[in-house]
Amino acid sequence: MAIELKMPALSPTMEEGTLAKWLVKEGDTVSSGDIIAEIETDKATMEFEAVDEGEITKILVAEGTDEVKVGTVIATMAGEDDGDADAETTPAPAPVSADAEKEAPTQDVSIASPSPPVSRASDPAVPEGTEMVSITVREALRDAMAEEMRKDDRVFVMGEEVAEYQGAYKVTQGLLDEFGPKRVIDTPITEYGFAGVGAGAAMGGLRPIIEFMTFNFAMQAIDHIINSAAKTNYMSGGQMRCPIVFRGPNGAASRVAAQHSQNFGPWYASVPGLIVIAPYDAADAKGLLKAAIRTEDPVVFLENELMYGRSFDIPDLDDYVLPIGKARIMREGSDVTIVSYSIGVGLALEAADALAGEGIDAEVIDLRTLRPLDTETVLTSLKKTNRMVVAEEGWPTCSIASEIIAVAMEQGFDDLDAPVLRVTDEDVPLPYAANLEKDALLSTPQIIEAAKKVCYK
Amino acid sequence: MAKKPASKPAAKKKAAPRKKTAAATSSSSSRVPKLPAYKPYKADKKELLDLYEQMLLIRRFEEKAGQLYGLGLIGGFCHLYIGQEAVAVGLQSALNEGHDSVITGYRDHGHMLAYGIDPKVIMAELTGRAAGISKGKGGSMHMFSVEHKFYGGHGIVGAQVSLGTGLGFAHKYREDGGVCMAYFGDGAANQGQVYESFNMAELWKLPMVFVVENNQYAMGTSVNRSSAEDQLFRRGESFRIPGVQVNGMDLLEVRGAAEMALKWVRAGKGPVLLELKTYRYRGHSMSDPAKYRSREEVQSMREKSDAIEQTKNQLIKMGMTEDDLKEADKKIRKIVAEAADFAESSPEPEASELYTDVLVEDY
Repeated sequence: MAIELKMPALSPTMEEGTLAKWLVKEGDTVSSGDIIAEIETDKATMEFEAVDEGEITKILVAEGTDEVKVGTVIATMAGEDDGDADAETTPAPAPVSADAEKEAPTQDVSIASPSPPVSRASDPAVPEGTEMVSITVREALRDAMAEEMRKDDRVFVMGEEVAEYQGAYKVTQGLLDEFGPKRVIDTPITEYGFAGVGAGAAMGGLRPIIEFMTFNFAMQAIDHIINSAAKTNYMSGGQMRCPIVFRGPNGAASRVAAQHSQNFGPWYASVPGLIVIAPYDAADAKGLLKAAIRTEDPVVFLENELMYGRSFDIPDLDDYVLPIGKARIMREGSDVTIVSYSIGVGLALEAADALAGEGIDAEVIDLRTLRPLDTETVLTSLKKTNRMVVAEEGWPTCSIASEIIAVAMEQGFDDLDAPVLRVTDEDVPLPYAANLEKDALLSTPQIIEAAKKVCYK
Repeated sequence: MAKKPASKPAAKKKAAPRKKTAAATSSSSSRVPKLPAYKPYKADKKELLDLYEQMLLIRRFEEKAGQLYGLGLIGGFCHLYIGQEAVAVGLQSALNEGHDSVITGYRDHGHMLAYGIDPKVIMAELTGRAAGISKGKGGSMHMFSVEHKFYGGHGIVGAQVSLGTGLGFAHKYREDGGVCMAYFGDGAANQGQVYESFNMAELWKLPMVFVVENNQYAMGTSVNRSSAEDQLFRRGESFRIPGVQVNGMDLLEVRGAAEMALKWVRAGKGPVLLELKTYRYRGHSMSDPAKYRSREEVQSMREKSDAIEQTKNQLIKMGMTEDDLKEADKKIRKIVAEAADFAESSPEPEASELYTDVLVEDY
């Protein structure tokens, strides 16, 4: 009885990968545990092991093939014993069947590519004729760090798996090769400790970039982020600074459940003394990370794992730095303002496209920086549209959305033709089950519905 | 963090403190490098007088601070260093001031004075005045002098150990030959981040002198009631950090240990852990009634072990007269009186200072 070997999903967010190398050929006999192929994901190269014993009868996908979808049959093998009850099982690393994948698309899939930004009023002008290149958010972040490390030898990167492993999410890929182990430092799993070491090094005059594998783990280190980094300048009367960047993925990833899925934006944004940045696309990721590394203030830089692999156009400039504390108008519109940040921006843009089809012209604002908040851009837009929705991939209570609504009440009340609505994740810990997870997270239809509601349509 | 309730009920007291033998005062495990023996430091009369005056300055300064607290001129938490003077003075006199870094917790006045920081701006910070070293925004627990390489002044128990390890990291990164001395108390010795820091410091051979100031009470909880291994100099052994126990009430022994430790660290051999057995005569903070120990215990320490008295006797043996010493005392009292006057008479911060120094840059 033939056993189908399928392209495995090797990470919670993987949808496709490269079949880098076959380590067996047709006619070889393998037994369970043998490594039969190497598969490259966007994060790492993984070994693919056989679970069953038998002969490889046919290799269906040649080595070197890119973009092999998870679940694709890549080879077949003949089971040793046709009566074997396990013969139908797929190899171990594939946790979901192809069918299940189809039924439960990850959140990443549901985000349409945004339309190109209409206006970047507050950003430095990009010279006429500048070439645009397409890079992933992951590459943009890496390039930002590499460029700043070339310019300033006080800058170093420290965190778990940032060096030899090339980054748990491959964001620091190649940095060790270029800058060596003195400046690209693997730490033990010791968040509280290395956050403190980083903050101390910053006080001592260096420019640390501290990577948290995810911000969920930064909870163990939040004391140093807040008590040590954020408050030092103030409580020393401006004498002692702490120029440090704490960065890493934040917010819900995909199917990793409650402890690994949380948006800490509102937490950090409530702390005076911190700069909090949460970019959406590659250009902002690069331009704002460079600004974050340069500033004298401590920065919490919140990335999003689901965005790492997404490609965007970015101006091909030598030194692309963006201003901290300035929102960006992603799409101009006149009927309703949709405010969002990070991954929510993609959903907001998708909602705006759909609303356009229904005759509602939505303006989309990407806050980009959560502290200090660019209330001016928000209020100016509100003055124009008189209606506002805040879309946030995060909990509703004490959220950035709550803050924006308070600002609208305090400073934009006379401009409001309808109550401001917030659309957020559900107010529950994030569940694991695919259907429940989907129901818990911010979605485009919710934004569309809220926008129509404030337009009384 | 100064308001820490005792975590275990008093009834759970251990039967008896562990017996300490002479051999048990330095690391013994074969996998931990062995520190060389050290001798009490030999100071000539002039140098000893200088160290004596530094200790006396701390003692008188702290007495004055206690007084000003009682008068309501100092508020909040105020942790006095009285009794522990030989530790900061003995250790820091061995450092290269302005080059080596020092960091400590919230009981920080003594370490600042021992690092040459002007008593006036310290006292003015305690009274919350604009002329204070932190413009009156830090207070007793949050004082810094980047110029002197004194990095605080930290209120979260144990945080300064990780931060100090970062300062050591910066010395090594810049290859400037500097060392960081990171102080913490016997209470902080039970914080997890201390051990996270030990691990990285030894792994990366950082130039660190870790100093446990064991004054025997973490607020109201004695070391025996809080520590499974109460010989704190051994707490680095699982990280292969050698440690030694030092009599923190003996100025010259402290200085001798510091010289040995600094030689080791400057040679690139990695961190050293010094446990300084010391004693605070006052409560944990000004608001501590100190019911957890007897009056007799405190009195006996003051009478038998006081470092200032011992040093005074040494100076007399070296030929100094009571008059010479009175002269020194007068000089110190004058400095402290001037600092107190300055701290009481200088103005409070401008109201606009409320909003300055939150961020360095404009956005």
